[in-house]
Amino acid sequence: MSSRRSRSRQQSGTSRITDDQITDLVSKLQQLLPELRNRRSDKVSAAKVLQETCNYIRNLNREADDLSERLSELLATTDTAQAALIRSLLMQ
Amino acid sequence: MSMNNPKQRLLLSGNPRGGSSSCIKSRFTRGFLRALIKMKKQNYNQPTSSSSSSSSRREAFRRYRRVKIAADKSMAVAAGSKRLWSRAMLSRIRHHQQQTWRYHRSTFNHQPIKVKRLVVEKKKKKKKKKKKKEEERTGDHHHHRPRGLRDAGELRKLVPGGEGMDICSLLDETAHYIKCLVTQVQVMKSIDQFYSIN
Repeated sequence: MSSRRSRSRQQSGTSRITDDQITDLVSKLQQLLPELRNRRSDKVSAAKVLQETCNYIRNLNREADDLSERLSELLATTDTAQAALIRSLLMQ
Repeated sequence: MSMNNPKQRLLLSGNPRGGSSSCIKSRFTRGFLRALIKMKKQNYNQPTSSSSSSSSRREAFRRYRRVKIAADKSMAVAAGSKRLWSRAMLSRIRHHQQQTWRYHRSTFNHQPIKVKRLVVEKKKKKKKKKKKKEEERTGDHHHHRPRGLRDAGELRKLVPGGEGMDICSLLDETAHYIKCLVTQVQVMKSIDQFYSIN
């Protein structure tokens, strides 16, 4: 029952989506990737864009992890942190 | 809801005023700093833990997790509830917090919770199998699509809530998610620099 429902929903969903929309979205995605940003979109395959997107997201996540670790250390060690935080909050 | 209509969502994402990145940036910065200040206050009130290395390491990991969760939560809140990925991320964080709460309760009561975890894992496996079958079935309809788009499975795992999206909203959500991740990293870097100078 549930599988039939989801299948019909998917079909109605796909009928609305055209190839142009997808290529448009893929090229938009390509513009966000530093590796592929400067290349012409017709030179790069969609699979390549997806692969690079995955790599980029993984790198960003790793960077955010490292920064979280650094910030948590700083938060634990510095005494003036609270004042500095409030100041930076006011500064922005 | 009407927001689930991919066409409408595409129109909205093309609108430069809808969720501009600078607006998200200031919202994220404010939320994240507020969370950090709150954390710092709570740390002050906590009694200093014992000096054994294992407990301090555990403490450090716990602090790291709290900062990480605060960063993700404020990012998802800043992105707004109209985005599928932000809603998925918030519900994942909420789920995780419930689980750790359950874990702490069970350790207090000396009751093992392994049974519950196993059941959850089994359920997840079943869902994945179902999805795979569906993909195989519907795969025939996508033959005209550009190659490589049919198996966006890797990307689905990386974008929160990506497993249940159709390809169009997956790509749209991914673009927005990347923008927000870049903002998150930028802001965290500048806070780090600010700390290091002072």
